[in-house]
This record gives sequence, structure tokens and C-alpha cells, in this order.
Amino acid sequence: MEKKNIIEALRKKFPEQIMDISSQFGDEIITFESSALLDIANFLNDKPYEYTMLLDLTCVDYKGEDQRFEMVYHFLSLSLNDRIRLKTRLPEKSPKIDSLTSIWKNANWLEREVYDMFGIHFNGHPYLIRIFMYEGFEGHPLRKDYPLRKQQPRIRLRKLE
Amino acid sequence: MLINMGPSHPAMHGTIRIMLELDGEKILNSELEIGYLHRGLEKTCEHKTYFSLLPYTDRMNYVSPLINNLGYAMTMEKMLELDVPQRAQYIRVILCELSRISDHLTALAAMTMECGAFTVFLYTIKAREFIWDVIEHTTSARMTTSFIRIGGVRADLHPDWKDHLKTAIIETKKVLKDVHGLMDKNKIWLNRTRDIAVVSPEMAINYGWTGPCLRSTGVNFDLRKASPYSSYDHFDFDVPLGERGDNYDRYMVRMIEMEQSMRIIEQAMEKMPKNKAPLLAKGMKPAKAIEASRKQKVEGGIKLSPNLEGSEKDKYADILSTGKKYIVPPKEDTYTSIEGLINHFIFFMKGHGIRPPKGEVYFSVEGGNGELGYYIVSDGTDKPYRWHLRAPCFHIVSALEEMIKGHYVADVIPTFGSTNMIGGEFDR
Amino acid sequence: MGKLNKTEKLATNGGWITTKFNEVLGWGRKYSLWHYPFITACCGMEYMSAACAHYDFDRFGMGWTRFTPRQADMLLVCGTITHKEAPVLKTVYDQMTEPKWVVAFGACAVSGGIYDNYAVVQGIDRIIPVDVYIPGCPPRPETFFDALIKLQEKVQKEGHDWRWKKRT
Repeated sequence: MEKKNIIEALRKKFPEQIMDISSQFGDEIITFESSALLDIANFLNDKPYEYTMLLDLTCVDYKGEDQRFEMVYHFLSLSLNDRIRLKTRLPEKSPKIDSLTSIWKNANWLEREVYDMFGIHFNGHPYLIRIFMYEGFEGHPLRKDYPLRKQQPRIRLRKLE
Repeated sequence: MLINMGPSHPAMHGTIRIMLELDGEKILNSELEIGYLHRGLEKTCEHKTYFSLLPYTDRMNYVSPLINNLGYAMTMEKMLELDVPQRAQYIRVILCELSRISDHLTALAAMTMECGAFTVFLYTIKAREFIWDVIEHTTSARMTTSFIRIGGVRADLHPDWKDHLKTAIIETKKVLKDVHGLMDKNKIWLNRTRDIAVVSPEMAINYGWTGPCLRSTGVNFDLRKASPYSSYDHFDFDVPLGERGDNYDRYMVRMIEMEQSMRIIEQAMEKMPKNKAPLLAKGMKPAKAIEASRKQKVEGGIKLSPNLEGSEKDKYADILSTGKKYIVPPKEDTYTSIEGLINHFIFFMKGHGIRPPKGEVYFSVEGGNGELGYYIVSDGTDKPYRWHLRAPCFHIVSALEEMIKGHYVADVIPTFGSTNMIGGEFDR
Repeated sequence: MGKLNKTEKLATNGGWITTKFNEVLGWGRKYSLWHYPFITACCGMEYMSAACAHYDFDRFGMGWTRFTPRQADMLLVCGTITHKEAPVLKTVYDQMTEPKWVVAFGACAVSGGIYDNYAVVQGIDRIIPVDVYIPGCPPRPETFFDALIKLQEKVQKEGHDWRWKKRT
């Protein structure tokens, strides 16, 4: 019931920016235009829906497609006990999206992770540096064009007899 | 003054580095550097088939591997629309609650040991040893079990499982009583944990906290209650809540949660549905049955403990779902009939096996630290296109910088211990 | 106390014994291995089991856990070593004083284990020399004790002239 409500409300509030609403395996998926992220996030965070928890934030690399990167956001509303998934596409050349750090504090690390692994820039992020990999590491390991076994050692490795 | 803590520091679990800016002993600012255990889990899993990446899930939260197995298996079941038999669901509940106890015991062991309470460390690890004995007895591995499979569990319970489980619960209860006695009103412990690193419910939600840490701030959110999975709604248990959200509450919530877990196990033991196919030839223990079979023909065939390579086909109805395409065919068939052999090859051959429909799925279970979520994107082949883990302690530890601000250096240790950082799922 | 042999009788009666210097040195070293547990991952859990009352490695004379490399004789690398962690491990090893021994605890430390990818060092012997390898993912405490006894045999055989022996 609430699910329909929120989807209707989103459609009403952002008629231009919401591009597609579909459903799969029992989950609703809302696709939106990347420029509207902050507005939609604020709308979800506020009353009456109170999707106050940024559950997860990640990226999928669709190599070979024009809009290569797909950002995936999961929100949780504790009062409604409901999850919602939002998706948006970013172009291959200089992928950029607004940062959610102004609303959710855990977005800080999550976005650093996506920056580290996929090379996506977040506008307005206070401290956008690598989180898992080290300084001097070249490339973004979770991109599909990064080879699985390409290692970049930090120190000289010993030779084995 | 600037001071560096870790990563090679006993209280930093070897995988975290904290740079502290101090005024005397007071922390003005801090910065965390993580990623020392980034093992490329997600990328590696994208190169494995759906069936063969299961062992990687064991090694994420390595203190409660069975819950990780369950999370992954249930995500796949959601995608493949499989139903799991009731008995398998109950076995899963028992094993997951045992894992939860072992997770909390380890968290408390580390937290108290780092504060100097070495006795508690020895006691809790002793209790964990009893729990691991039960897990080993059932799954034939102590830690990395890979026991919960897509569509059910690997094998049925051992015939003597009830006695083992009862012993483990009695011993764990004894230990918990001792720990309560040692720590609850211990002045040193209270001084080090009471009102240290207080987290408000708003802050916890803003940081995406889940699990015992969120509940310690007083927010009643437990996935086992909120959206019950795997028959958790059949059991009666309470969700302990904290009041202040400080280190002591996080300790206490974990302690009481273990008692509730044992309540669930006891109920599951009572309510466990009967298996249709008995495990052994009537009235015989495995060793006896083998011995007897050497002398004479045992009527009805010998049914060995399923963990050995014995007869298991009859038990599939109790413990595995009927989706033939998604479960490993029984070994007897593979070895004895050509049809079975073909089924076996089809399951394991490259490009075959489990091939879920195109699409994406998110599912989460209540892990030892909180909401353990899997986000899997399938492109219709036998390998996941994207495999992402929502690690609960990643969100919890991201609040550490704010939690320790304004406290003393010594407070970093219990605060960090109370977040229960587990490197495997934290850095992935 | 069971039966004493001749030498032990002499020693306990306030007499004196003669032995080789290397042997007594090795005997002394092998039963007082102070170790530095370099714990990063899953194997640390089994290390904890081995250390605690249930399995208790104090029985083998390695009771002292030292969290400073300068006081440790034996480096126990439990868990996966990533390329980010590699310089840390190297520093810890370099800080240890001679004589020192290294044990690779678990499949990841031995060979990288199941993590054959961009982030993980394929075996710690690519960074530091290793004396004993323990297989298993993770190894059971019993396997660890087996390795410990093997290391003690090795320590016994090593003479006082380690300083002149070439170690790479």
C-alpha cells in the first residue's frame, strides 16, 4: 500500500525527472535523471515518507554502452519498514553526480568507495580520495576493463627460487 | 600532537589505521585509513559461477560464516523463486543463531581483552569452542563451512545433534553467567564504557547503522522481526534495546541477544519437523552399521551420516528444494546411472549450471553486525555480472571518527571494540 | 616425575653436565618462542582458539604473545596479506631482532589462497623469508601445533653462528 503511495507521489512530484518505474522479483525499481538526485533524496528523507536511512550505494559498470555507469541507491524507511531502489545512468566520459554527504553521513565512505572502484566523481564531496586502494594505484579495479589479476605492488617483491 | 595507531596494533585488528590529532590525551581530530584487507572479493566473485562463489561468502564475516551463506543463498532463492522445505529452514535458523552467538562472543572477547579483562576473553573463547563443536559436528568444518546452499542445506543433521546442542547451550549459559558476574558491575569496566562514545538514534540512522549497534541506541529494528525470513516468525523472542547508546549498552545488547538466540535454538529444537527419511538403519550408530554391513546384509540398506559420502538421495526431500536445475544432483545417481552423470555434467559444465533470469535483486538478512545485504545483477549467464555486498560494519565504523572525538586515547580501544569491525566484510 | 636418566640425576643432585653449546642454545630457544601475531583475517580466529584455554599453545612453550616486534622471536602471519599491507609486514619483519623465524599461517599467507586477484600478495614469501608453512583455510589448531613442533625441531638444529649464515 505504502509502496504504491510513494511511487505515485514521486511520479507526481517529479514528472520530468522520473524516467521509468518497473518491478522485478518483488522489488520496485525507479530510474531517474541523474541531475535530480539531491531533490529526490531530500523528498524521500523528509516527512511523510521518511526514508531516513541510506542503506547502500553502489555502481554497476555496463561496458560498451553509451551511458556506461549505473548508480544504484537503496533507501530504507524505518517507520514504513520499506525499501526503495533508485537507479540512474552516467556517461562514460567524465561521469559525475551530486554527492549525498550533505544529507547522509555514511555517504562519505560509500562514495569514496565508488570513486575508488569505478572512478566516478561526486560533486560536493568533502574528501574524495581512494579508500581501499593505495596512493599510486592506477586504474579502477571494479571496472570491467581492469584485468582481474593485474597487480601493482607497493614494494619490490622477492624472487622465488 | 599527531599520533599513529595501527594497522599493526593489537586493538586495531591488524587492518585499520587511525591517525589521531591530540591535545594532551584528548582527541581533537582523527582520520581513519582502511582497506588493508581489501581482497578484491567483489571482482573475484564476478569471475566465479553462482555455485562456486559460495565459499567466498564464508570468508566475509568469518566469525559467523553461516549467516553469510544464508544471505547469499536466500538472495539467489529470491531470484530463482525457490521454496525451501520446512526442516531445512529450521536447520538454517539453528545454525544461524549459533553463528550469531559465536559472533557476539568473539566481539565481546576482543572488546574486553583489549580493555585488560583477559579472564573474560578466555571464558568466551571457551564457550565459542563448544558452539564450534556443534557446528563442526553438523557441517564438518569449524569456521568456513559453506553448509547452507542455494535451495536448502548441504546435509541433514547428525542423529545425535540434540545432545550436542544441549551441551553447548548449557556450557554457553554458564559462561554468560560468569561474564555477567565479572563485567556488569565491574568498576573499571563501567568507567571505561559508561557514557563513552554516546550515539543518538538520529546519528545512528544517519550513519546507516543496523543490528545490535542500532538497537543499543533504542531504535527497535531487527530484520528477524521486521521482515521475517526463513521461518523466524515461528519463534518467540525479544529484541533487546539499549537506552543511552554508549559502549556499555552495545556490550549489554550483545549479551542479552545471545540469551535470546539460545531461546530461539531451544524452540527450534522442540519444533523441528520430522525428517521423512531416517538417517540410519534403525537403532544403529554409523560405526555399528558399517561393521554390521561387513558381516551380513543390513535390511533396508545402510544410511550413513550425510556428511560422509553416504546415501543422501532419500534426504533431499527434507533438506533441499525441488528445483532440479539449481541443486547438485545426488552423488549416488552420478556414480550409478548415465542419466545422473549427464545431470551432474550439466550442473557443473562451463556456461551451464545455475543461470538465473536477467535482472537484479537485493536481499538482506540480519547478520551478526546488522543488515547483511547482497545486491546481485545477473545478465543471464552462469556468472554474476555484478556482485555487491552491503557490509553492516562498514557503516558502523564510518561513524568512529565522530564517536571518539573529544574523548581520550584510551577510549578509542573499547569504542572500536564495540563496533565489532570484521575485516573480511569491512574491506571486502 | 618419572624416571630420571643419568644426566638429569647429575643435574638435579647439584652436579654438573657437559653438552654442546649449540644444543643447549637451541633447547633454550625452542621452548621460549615469543611470538608476534600479525593477524589480519579469518585465520586470526583459529589463532585465538589455539591460544586460549581449550587448545592452549602454552603447553608447547610459546605462551608469551608480544605485540611489539622488538621483543618477538617468531612472526606469525595469520591471514591475507594485501599489497596495501605488504610494506607494514616488511617493516614489522625488519624491526624484529635476530634470531627470528616466520610462520605462514593459513592458505592466504602461504600462497594467496582463494584470492588470486589484483589486491592480494600471492604468498608472503614474496615479501619475507618463511620457515614453516601451514596449509588450511583456516588451519585447525592441531595443524598449527604440528607446525610449531616442526619449527622447534628447526630451531634446535640452528646453531649459534646464525649471524654468519646468509639470510635473504
